[in-house]
Amino acid sequence: MKGILSAQFTRRLILVVLTYVIVQLLISVNIINDYLQATLTTICINIILAVSLNLITGFTGQFSLGHAGFMSIGAYTCALLILKDPTLPNFLLGTLLGALLAALVGFLVGLPTLRLRGDYLAIATLGMAEIIRIMFINMDKITNGPRGLSGIPRFVNWTWLFIFTVGTVLLIRNFLRSSHGRACIAIREDEIAAETMGINTTWYKVLAFVIGAFCAGIAGALYASYFYFIKPDLFGFLKSVDILVMVVLGGLGSISGSILAAILLAVISTLLQSFSEIRMILYALILIVIMIFRPQGLLGSKEISLSVFNRLSRLFAFEKEEK
Amino acid sequence: MEQLLQQIVNGISLGSIYALIALGYTMVYGIIKLINFAHCDIYMIGAYVGYVCMAKLGLGFVPSLLVSMLVCTLLGVAIEKIAYKPLRNATRIAALITAIGVSLFLEYTTMFFATANVRTYPPMTGFMAKTFKLGDVVISAQQILIAIITIILMVLLQLIVKKTRIGKAMRAVSLDKDAAELMGINVDSTISFTFALGSALAGAAGILVGVYYNSINPLMGVLPGLKAFVAAVFGGIGIIPGAMLGGYVIGIVEVFVAGLGYSMYRDAVVFAILILILIVRPAGLLGKNTREKV
Repeated sequence: MKGILSAQFTRRLILVVLTYVIVQLLISVNIINDYLQATLTTICINIILAVSLNLITGFTGQFSLGHAGFMSIGAYTCALLILKDPTLPNFLLGTLLGALLAALVGFLVGLPTLRLRGDYLAIATLGMAEIIRIMFINMDKITNGPRGLSGIPRFVNWTWLFIFTVGTVLLIRNFLRSSHGRACIAIREDEIAAETMGINTTWYKVLAFVIGAFCAGIAGALYASYFYFIKPDLFGFLKSVDILVMVVLGGLGSISGSILAAILLAVISTLLQSFSEIRMILYALILIVIMIFRPQGLLGSKEISLSVFNRLSRLFAFEKEEK
Repeated sequence: MEQLLQQIVNGISLGSIYALIALGYTMVYGIIKLINFAHCDIYMIGAYVGYVCMAKLGLGFVPSLLVSMLVCTLLGVAIEKIAYKPLRNATRIAALITAIGVSLFLEYTTMFFATANVRTYPPMTGFMAKTFKLGDVVISAQQILIAIITIILMVLLQLIVKKTRIGKAMRAVSLDKDAAELMGINVDSTISFTFALGSALAGAAGILVGVYYNSINPLMGVLPGLKAFVAAVFGGIGIIPGAMLGGYVIGIVEVFVAGLGYSMYRDAVVFAILILILIVRPAGLLGKNTREKV
């Protein structure tokens, strides 16, 4: 058993390193140009956001509509720090600090509101995200109000993106395989039954919420430092819905599903960039149709096994080289 | 003092509109336990239909009001039949996500056809353009109109819910769907009727807002919709008088916060009220706590 596991582990490690090296090579020979690199960044940030929201909504069953709020906290913290003193350690510090602040807010908000069930929680988190947004708009002296912060130095490159994305996915995957993660899944399945089994439901719900907020903070920091410019309206209700669409499309309770959906939607939205209304109509239709015909999402709670990934990655690699 | 009264007058106008929208939220939630996110966009469509009637077709105010209520009624029922009915037995999250999808669909389809530009209602003439002065308090004819129409609609709604057979069926279904079905109530048509009533009220709110604030756009429903939902939660969701009370309270609070010079924070205050209410008294002001049974 152990032998199989370690073989699997090596294969995974090789796959991960290979992905990094291939993309890095493609960037250095400029096949992935600046435009594609922006899409790549969006994909990575989307993966972090979708996987972390999936932990809250898909695995723990707590419906949150405020993920963009946590993202904005990370974005603003990191942006303000590196605007003051643009150095790499400061960027890393800003990312960490932003994530921790987002986690702290997640804790403070989660502790009282996570006692609420289902829809009420959704509305409470939505209200929370709106309050955060309005705060950023009104803290004129620090955040430059609704005009936002611009000229944020760029420290994010493929290496950092890769480290943070893989790190987030690993963190959440391993969390879900621990007893804590199992407790979260038990809460999703049946909260009352979980409670009678001795699981401290509030504690685990808050824990999942805090971890999700932490990762969203990281995503926000990466966003701020890559795209030069942030403003409060970027992190409104629509952004939260955007993240939710990815989670739902990929499957509530499937990490690989979230990753796939994040890639898919980033590509779709890049293609439809100049038709933003059509993009939103399409999003809306995707949501409705999936919910009516396949309410558990594309993958449901299944994960794609490694062999499929292997084949897929080989396919993708071919396609990229052909381009 | 005059200023206080003036704020209350303005607050009541705004609150009437929130109350009209909140009624739709609360009735739908009461009967199928769904936050109908699309409700705020039905209100937006109501405003647009009113705009087409008044600015393009040159209809008067009352015919426009009736047309927009009718269109919204049909739209509400259609949404229920197409999007929500297949999900009646699905999880709450699935239904909620569908509602968000329908909401986005309405917003961006409207944006696609009518563009994102702000439209302005034609200027009011005759009685509608008048303002009255009571001491130093200025009341416009539109504010009076909003208050009167809201009260008429609420009284009508109460009569329908309390005195008619279909109203009785609505109350029965919201109390216990299965038992109501066993008693021979047609649950499907009762739910459709609830959507129809709520959407008609939202349509009325839409055209009233168009007349009052004079400008409409495809995303105008989002914030009032959320605030109206806050109003519904405030009064106790599923309780009709609660939604009216909540609407007026939220409207007056908002106007007062703006009047004190914190107009940038008025939305934040409303959401803070929501979170407070949810924490302190999740069942709302008029609601009763229900025990959870295993």
